[in-house]
Amino acid sequence: MSDHRTLSLAVDLDGDGAHPAAWRHSGRRPGDVLTAAALRAAVGAAEAAGFTLATFADTPVPPSRGLDPAGRLEAGTRAAFAAPLTDRIGLAPTLHVTTTEPFHLATQLASLDHASRGRAGWVVGAAHDADDLATIGASAPAGDAVRRETADVVDVARLLWDSWQDDAVIRDVATGRYLDPARVHHVNFTGATFSVTGPLITPRPPQGQVVVLAPAELEIDALADIVLVGEPDTGALTRRAARARDSGAALAFAEVEVVLDADEPGERRLAALDASTPWPDSGRPRYTGSAHGLVELLRSLAPGVDGVRLHPAVLAVDLPVLAGQVLPALAAAGLHRTPGPGATLRSALGLSRPANRFAAPASTTA
Amino acid sequence: MTTTTSTGPTGSTGPTGAPYDPGAQVHLGVFYTGVGPQLIWTGPSAAPHVAIETFTGLVKLLERGLFDAFFLGEGLRVRENRGRVYDLDVAGRPDAITQLSALAAVTERIGLVATQNTTYNFPADLARRLASLDLLSDGRAGWNIVTTDNAWTGANFRHGGWLAHERRYERATEFVEAAKELWASWEPDAVAESGEAKSWARPGAIRDVERDTGLVRLRARATVPASAQGRPVLFQAGDSDGGRELAARHADVVFSANTGYDKAVAYAADLRARLARHGRSPDSLRILPGASVILGDTPEEARERAEWVQSEQISPARAIAFLEQYWGTDLSAYDPHGPLPGIEPSEAELDPSRGTLPIERRTGKLALIARWREQAEAENLSIVQLVRRVTPQHGSFVGTPSQVADEWAHYVRTRAVDGFNITPHLVPSSLEDIVDKLVPELQERGAYRTAYEGTTLREHLALPALKP
Repeated sequence: MSDHRTLSLAVDLDGDGAHPAAWRHSGRRPGDVLTAAALRAAVGAAEAAGFTLATFADTPVPPSRGLDPAGRLEAGTRAAFAAPLTDRIGLAPTLHVTTTEPFHLATQLASLDHASRGRAGWVVGAAHDADDLATIGASAPAGDAVRRETADVVDVARLLWDSWQDDAVIRDVATGRYLDPARVHHVNFTGATFSVTGPLITPRPPQGQVVVLAPAELEIDALADIVLVGEPDTGALTRRAARARDSGAALAFAEVEVVLDADEPGERRLAALDASTPWPDSGRPRYTGSAHGLVELLRSLAPGVDGVRLHPAVLAVDLPVLAGQVLPALAAAGLHRTPGPGATLRSALGLSRPANRFAAPASTTA
Repeated sequence: MTTTTSTGPTGSTGPTGAPYDPGAQVHLGVFYTGVGPQLIWTGPSAAPHVAIETFTGLVKLLERGLFDAFFLGEGLRVRENRGRVYDLDVAGRPDAITQLSALAAVTERIGLVATQNTTYNFPADLARRLASLDLLSDGRAGWNIVTTDNAWTGANFRHGGWLAHERRYERATEFVEAAKELWASWEPDAVAESGEAKSWARPGAIRDVERDTGLVRLRARATVPASAQGRPVLFQAGDSDGGRELAARHADVVFSANTGYDKAVAYAADLRARLARHGRSPDSLRILPGASVILGDTPEEARERAEWVQSEQISPARAIAFLEQYWGTDLSAYDPHGPLPGIEPSEAELDPSRGTLPIERRTGKLALIARWREQAEAENLSIVQLVRRVTPQHGSFVGTPSQVADEWAHYVRTRAVDGFNITPHLVPSSLEDIVDKLVPELQERGAYRTAYEGTTLREHLALPALKP
């Protein structure tokens, strides 16, 4: 599907970094992570570095009970705030299908796509621990219910994004018609636990469909544009990525955690971080070492995946190394292309703009 | 409404029970519905209604005009006419909190108010998104609290049409109480001052919030502390008894429908009595009725413009569609400039598919149509003429900037209102006129700020600071 000589590069910008003790090494007051200034700085740095996509991790409950950060701004508002401050980087919040109304999720993401002029993505979340579900007064589902619910919510979001055809607004002064009702559709979706009539209250997103990123463990590959694969070894990674593409996902990205050599070697930095709070094993590969070594690792992944999402341990330390050394080296080697100003996320990823399922094929339109 | 010029005697107590206040200030917001018949889209100057540039341009214009707030409306189902999407009005708008979060990044002072529904949201989820907007905007967020009771809207949601009309304000009250509890659940110094601290948050400084009633059930922990203004400012618009009680208990601002002077006076007196019953001071609530403003360089020009606005807002096609909603049948064959349809309407009462249907319009449709027929016959009215007579008119101020400024100064000095929430009809030109022509007139009268004094929405509204 994609050109395997290049890698799309994404970076997660949540909080002070992916390591739970990152706040101790951020060089600012711990509470400052919850400010507009911190968000502006992180997003600006990621865009200037040339990343194709910034993601914003989130959960319905605090990231920690208070030993480490207990504060986090909701991801959809962070991504929207970043939209007018940027003009080329994609913006993908994690929004959870289990703790928000499906109709609201679809509306929020379509609106993010309008606000960013076609740069919205969605990292599908399906938080379903007892504490997550207690926030909406629900109890934990049994068996396969979560996977089915997740698939239903992504399905209905995609239907709703198509519920307005691109040419629905006609502004025909002669007849007084603002829109053509034949081009705005009820979706009449019935899932296992809910139904949605539609149409969406928001016209079709500029990208047609917001880019859907699904973590591999959700097992909804066929509904995703990008499957996020976190496998500790390259063989397993390549196999899982191939399965994702076989299932119908356009792209597969590797998830990689990074602790880079900076003022101190990465190993020593990681040891210091882990001494405060051990970094739990997420199943993702964790790279510790030089920028050059990371470039070589990514080069070795390139034949098997279409892109990589990096999880810097400490944004304040690792992001400057990525910007100053890693991305320039990848670009120089022809392994990465920086999106141009005004590019949609789909075009930066090499994905086409999907046809609308409600639109008649061109050959049969009058 | 007519424009009046009057100044009250200093020191006397007005009809609202509050003393005449010669220094009273007009507070202005814009209620941008984003959809509906009041937005005129036919002219070449009408801005594209979903483009982010339209919104950023608008909000920067209003910030230049020193407005307190920019509001976004919400409706959770696209309006329909007899089962098909209604085609004559502007439709399609963004999610309010998403859009306002984007606008927060390109503004510095103006308040950003999201209309959000308590029937079809989860309290912890919505409270968290509003609190995040409040932090990202450094204390400029507001929440316009609304409810829905119709199953037609519920068809887009997990719950469906689950809440009986009379219970929607019970749910709203509990919802708001849960949100306020979440917003107050971090102690002011909960977060450590340095990375060397033993823990990020001081143990015990963040409380869980739990509620389990028939209407609201949650156990949650807030993920954000209080903003510079403490919490989002709460707006309430409902005019029923339940709505007024919710406002008197919890709202900081009422977005009232009582715009005419006499109605505004009666409303202010009623609300101040309710505030007293809930132990709140009269200054803890601001009253901003909805208003449309049509300005002209002369009174005649303003009147002509107002007629044009009405003819656009109630076009012949819209007049037919209006009657179709009541007749429940296709009336497209009728001449809008001819007499009312002779055929009998369907027996079925109105459905809510053109938007929220006030409770008094849910029954008695046939009697209403009979009255319209009598009126049309007695006054020899065509369909479009009748519909222009019977369509409820929102309070509108028509006149020169100087006339409207005089009238508004009188409203606020007699404490009938604290300002207005303006619904624009032409975007952006009708708001440019207000910023460039009406605001200077108000400033000349000492009734409007000449610079933002505070940074938060709560400060703009001159509301008392919240107790920490």
